[in-house]
Formats: sequence, structure tokens, C-alpha cells
Amino acid sequence: MHNNLKFFANSVIAGRMTRREFMGRAAALGLTAAAANTLMSKAAYAAGPQKGGTIKVGVQGGGASDSLDPALAANSTMLQILRMWGEPLLELADEGGLVGKVAESYSSTPDAKTWSFKIRSGITFSNGKPVTAEDVLATLERHSGEDTKSGALGLLRGIKNMKAEDGVFVLELDQANADLPYLMADYHLIIQPNGGKDDPTAAIGSGPYVLKSADTGVRFVFEKNPNHWDSSLGHAETIELIVINDDTARVAALQSGQVDMINRVPPRTAGLIARAPNIEVRSKSGPGHYVFIAHCDTTPFDNNDVRMALKYGINRQEMVDKILFGYGSVGNDTPINAAYPLFTELEQRTYDPDKAKFHMKKSGFDGSILLRTSDNSFPGAPDAAALFQQSSAAAGINLEIKREPNDGYWSEVWNAKPFCTSYWGGRPTQDQMFSTAYLSTADWNDTRFKNEKFDQLLVAARAELDETKRKQMYADMSLIVHNEGGLICPMFNDFVDATSDRVMGWGGGTSGYELMNFYAPMRMWVAA
Amino acid sequence: MGSALKLVAQRVALGLLLLLLVSGLIFIGTQLLPGDVAQSILGQSATPEALANMRRDLGLNEPALTRYLSWLFNALQGDLGTALTNGQDIADSISGRMKNTLFLAFWAAIIAVPLAIFLGLLAVRYRDRWPDKMISAVTLASISIPEFLIGYVIMYVVGVKLRWFPSVAMINDGMSLGEKLSSIAMPVMVLTLVVLAHMMRMTRAAILNVMQSAYIETAELKGLNRFQVIFRHAFPNSVAPIVNVVMLNLAYLVVGVVVIEVVFTYPGMGQYLVDHVAKRDVPVVQACGLLFAAVYIGLNMVADIVSILSNPRLRHPK
Repeated sequence: MHNNLKFFANSVIAGRMTRREFMGRAAALGLTAAAANTLMSKAAYAAGPQKGGTIKVGVQGGGASDSLDPALAANSTMLQILRMWGEPLLELADEGGLVGKVAESYSSTPDAKTWSFKIRSGITFSNGKPVTAEDVLATLERHSGEDTKSGALGLLRGIKNMKAEDGVFVLELDQANADLPYLMADYHLIIQPNGGKDDPTAAIGSGPYVLKSADTGVRFVFEKNPNHWDSSLGHAETIELIVINDDTARVAALQSGQVDMINRVPPRTAGLIARAPNIEVRSKSGPGHYVFIAHCDTTPFDNNDVRMALKYGINRQEMVDKILFGYGSVGNDTPINAAYPLFTELEQRTYDPDKAKFHMKKSGFDGSILLRTSDNSFPGAPDAAALFQQSSAAAGINLEIKREPNDGYWSEVWNAKPFCTSYWGGRPTQDQMFSTAYLSTADWNDTRFKNEKFDQLLVAARAELDETKRKQMYADMSLIVHNEGGLICPMFNDFVDATSDRVMGWGGGTSGYELMNFYAPMRMWVAA
Repeated sequence: MGSALKLVAQRVALGLLLLLLVSGLIFIGTQLLPGDVAQSILGQSATPEALANMRRDLGLNEPALTRYLSWLFNALQGDLGTALTNGQDIADSISGRMKNTLFLAFWAAIIAVPLAIFLGLLAVRYRDRWPDKMISAVTLASISIPEFLIGYVIMYVVGVKLRWFPSVAMINDGMSLGEKLSSIAMPVMVLTLVVLAHMMRMTRAAILNVMQSAYIETAELKGLNRFQVIFRHAFPNSVAPIVNVVMLNLAYLVVGVVVIEVVFTYPGMGQYLVDHVAKRDVPVVQACGLLFAAVYIGLNMVADIVSILSNPRLRHPK
């Protein structure tokens, strides 16, 4: 029987038999539909990627006001688009570490202050011009220069000098940074002809696809770039990207077969959607986390006992169950989890009303605490705030919830008011995460966390090339935030996507963002 | 007829003045919103330098009044400018979106208006009998349910289960008319359900009002059948209020369907406006606001003129 089935499955792949026929014959052989499906997927996998066809992607996040300039990309739709037509110097590899894109290889001087990137030879932009080290230099200049409006500027401080010579791009830093290559994988830093200084929105790059038509905030059509250097990317001939911001509409579009994959499946309904036979829900853990942030320099949060009381007063598991519906993991009051390469596990803090009560009493504070929240600070934030209110009430802490409007939350409340709900998307390395939000002088130090020892460790770790020692330093830093920070982190959220059985080849892309770090449309193929 | 022309001229002048006031109000409104366009674009990745550079390049450092006057000066010359957020030409973007919005509104109106009036006439014909009660019940139920819910239900049944029409109402220039119509079938259904009740109830009420008149009795005594009486004698005399409510609903179909656009991912004006309000893109908000106001004012003017022309007493004032 097995051999028969295998033969049938391969016939489907080879196009000699339809899928429906195969399912019928499999059923005749006494196989359940699910088992037959799995078997066929395996055969299709073994046959390897199929070329041609159209993949349609339904993405959340885009709007009519989006700009095609990589420097201004700030939502998941624009990020997906950048991945299609452009490439950065380096990209996150599937199982940690980095892989070369525009740069073939990279190296540094032993002091980690001077970094050289060898540009891949023979690759071209979609306008036919070769990609040169000068283009890379111009790109980096545009993102880090005086007049820049780039969202990547925060990453590109402390550059002393940049130059391009003989197909190599060289970057000199003021201070050592062992993680610099990771910064080059940032999605804003797409290499453009002359750095995009002439026309930043031209969408000309060296990516696996070429942008054919763009209706901003609505629909984007890409065609395969026949000259792309990497044959493992770009199986479909055409990729159509449709912006569907409404959750229900996005899921319906997948269910009715109008799109083949979607991102951001609402966790609340993911379980129901997964029941459909032709749909697979794909979740992957990541560095993103939902947080309650308290300013360490404002009363009552300037007293560490109040912060500790709040940390013991939150029920993390309950939040994972009721807010994430299981699509996530518990947090531990540090922004770092197993998604980071040099992660060390700390002892898990759990819900303990007695300890919360003890710390609250010790602090001498007994007023009520105002917690601000809004729907867009993270999905389910007002519900999470209510859960927090309940669990801390059991410890005698009086949380008062104030619902703020979505509009203007990021400019008026986050990083401005002393206690609120928020989220972080995470960063590829611990150094980046800590430098972005926990260094005393960071722009987005949204917990006003100022700790001298922490700052010293952060700078020292950057220059430390011995991995064991660095790992220990990061563990120490995590512990400082865990015990003294203003961050209350109840949960890490998974990325939840879904695909239909019209496309195959899901797998890999375990680092970075959703949809296989947005490489799914390029790495997957249309099933025969 | 001269007085009618004068009336139109007066109304147009008044409309233009209203538009000017509206532009001022929209500008003040956008200034009251928290945050500015630079902050909205950069969001969580805003650094002070990038914010300052962006504000300088977009001219946000000028005083608000200067920005408004320079916008007004250009707009009066027909130049709506470019979007602050992505530099696209506003007139270009709007014309594409407006075309889509009018396309949807046109087909919804083509179905909804005659249907509503016909149902209204039918309800009068069978007044207080079961057809009247059923029509009222169904249309009132459909107007009472939030439109997004009707949208989701229709999407689930027609789009996902039956697969008759696509659940994403995406249209583009490469599609034939047939494909476009199939694409907008579901939003048209929902919009029809939403606007039906209002127009149908008004038709019914207006006709019932004149049905009490003496000349209706005369018509009946002449031996005309009931439907003829309604259609030939009662309907022409109740045109004014019906046109009024039809125009209001047409205006709604053009300017008020953002929820339906979001649910069905339809690339119309409403979605375009909301995206730019969220980003504080003032020139775009101004342009859309003015266009919407113009549609509203224009359609209301049409309603006024029709009701005056249809009424001999107003047509020939003493």
C-alpha cells in the first residue's frame, strides 16, 4: 500500500494526477485525509521547489501614507516590500548568526573597531548597474548623515570614518563593537544605487524580485528578478502583496483562497482557523514582548520596593493563557529570552502576593498607582491591565487603570508618562536591545533606568570578543534589570502566521520577524 | 426661470464660502491632534535628530497660520500639493481613489435607490398588510445592525462558504468591468442594506402624507387602480422630501463608507483619508475634507433645487 501511495503522490507532484484524485485513491486505500495530505506534502518537499506561478500575500500594517523610502519604513507591509526588491549587507541566518547578502564576507580588526565588508562580485541592481562598495558607502552615508530622517539613525551612532576601496566597504568606529555586523542586517539599510541619494523611493535594489506596480497602502505586484544571484530565493514568477489591515478580513481572504499566506493571525481565533483542513497556522517564538513600564525616577516607582511589589504582583502564566491564548511564553522582567544568541536563563520570578505585600509594606507607599493603557499599546493591553489590577489587588496593591486613546499614544504616553503598557519588537542582539532601551543615555530609555554598573558592563561587553566572558556579562546585566529595572515583562509573544495548502516550503527563518522573517513569499513555492 | 438661475448662483456662492470655512476648521482640528507628522512617520524609531531634520524639510517649523495661508494660496490656484508623508502628488492619488469611491457609490445607488422607492410604493399599496410590515421589518433590521457586522456575515456566507464573490474587494485598472463588478458585489450588497431603510421609510411616509388629499380621492373615484393613483398622482407631489433623503444617502455613499472599505479592503477615499489623519498629513486631510464637504454641499444643493422646481408654488413665488 505504501508504495502505491508514494507512486500516486509523486504523480500529483509531476502533474499526472490531480490533488483531488490523489485524495480519492488514498481514501480508497484506507488512509485518512489528514494522513494523505501529510504524505503528499512530504513527496512535494522531496521533489523540491516548483518554479513559476503566483503567490499572493495578505499583510497587515500598510497605509496610503507609506513611503517607499527604506529610511522611513516603519510597518510590516513596508518591511515585506523592502525584502522583495532590496537587500542589506547581511541578513540573520536561520539558526542564529549572520549570512551574507550584498556583502560576501566580513572581518574585523582584533579590537573590533574597524570592520571590512567584501562586496559580492557580479551582482547587479534591477536597473542593470553593478552593485559597488561605493553604493554601500553612499547608502550608509544617507542613513547616518547630518540631514538624515532615517529610522536607522539610532543604530548608526559612533561611526568615525567610512570608505570604499577595491570592492570592500570599510567602517571605523569610535568605540569597539563586536556586534556591529548585526546592525548591518537592519531592514532600513537596503543597499540602493548611489545610496538612494538621487531617488530614495525608486525601489531599485538587488533583491530577488522587482517592483512592477505599486498602489500605496493597497496592492503591490512583483516579478521575479531573473538576474538575482541566489537561486534558493524566488520560486514564484509573480508575487502579489495585498494590504489587509482588518483581522477578520485578512483571515477570510486566506480562507476563501484569495491569498496564500497572511501575517498577524489574532491569537484569539488562531485555534479555530487551524481547524480548517487547507490552512496551517504557523507560530514561532521571537524576541518581541509585551510590557508594563515604570519610570525609575518618578515617585512611587523610584522606590525599588514598589517596583518589586509590582513584579511579584503580576500573574505571568495567566497573561500567557488569557492574553496570548498560549501563543507565547512567560517573561522574567528582562527584555532577553532564548531568542538571543548569548542567552542565559535566570531564575523564573512567579506570582507571589505575599512577597508583593511584603515589598509594598517595606516601601511605605500605600496610595493608588495609575496605570495607563490603550488598545494599540499591544493587542489585548486593556485586558492585560485589568488582569494585573486583579492579581495585584490580592496583594493589597491598588492599581487604577486609565484608558488612553490609540491616537497619539506613542507621542503622548509612551516614554512620557510614568507607568503604562507598551511593547517591544526585540532586537537581534542583546547589545542592541540593552543599548536601545536600558542604557542611561538611550533615547528610548522608557523605564528611565540609570545604573552605572549596567552601563559599564554594556560598554565592556561590546569590546569583549571572548564569547564565554560576554555571555556572563550579559547574564549579569539581565539580572540587574530583573532585580532593579522598571520593566515588568509578563510575556513574550509569538509571531502567528497562517498559510494555505496552495503554497509549500515553510521552514527556516527562525530568527527575526514573522512570515519566516518576511522571506516566506520568496522561499515558498506554489504547490503543484 | 431667471429666479431659478439666480437661486443656483446664490447657492453656489454660499457653498464656496462654506468650503473656505470648512478648510479653516479642518486645519484647526488637525492642529489640535496630539503629535505631528514627523513623529507619526518615525513612530517608535524617532531620534531627536531625525525628527528635527524631518520637521525642517517639511516646513513644520513655520507658524501654523503661515502654513495655512500658503496652503490656501496654492489650493486656490488649483495646486493641492504633495503628501507630507510620502511625497506623492495629492491630486493624482485622490483622483484614483475618488474614481473607486464613485464606482462603488454609483453601483450601490443604482441598486438601492430604485429598490428603495419601489419598496416604498409597494408598502403604501399594501399599507398595514403583511407586505408593508415585512418590508419595514427587514429594512429596519438591516439599518439597526452595525454595518461592519452585516459585512462580516455576508463575507463569511457569500465569500468564504459559498465562494460566489471574492471577500477582498480589490479593484485595479487591469480588470474588466465584469471582474470589477464581481469584486464589489459584497460591499454593494452591504451598502444597499444600509441605505435602503432610510429612503424606503421616507418614500412611504411622504406618499402616505399626500394620500389624504382630496385629489387622490378624485382619482380613486375616477376608477384608476390603486398603483396608478400612487404612481401618477401621489408620487410626483411627494418628490421633494424623497429627493432630499436620496441625496443625503448618496452623500453618505460617497463620504461615509470608510468602515465598509476597511472590512472589504476597498481602496476608496475613506481609507485614504483615515490613513493620512493617523499620520497628521495635513495637506491630504485638507484636500479630502474639502472634497467631501463639496460633495455634501453639492448634493444638498441639488436636492434643494429639485424640490423648488418640483413645486409650482416655490417655482412661481408671488
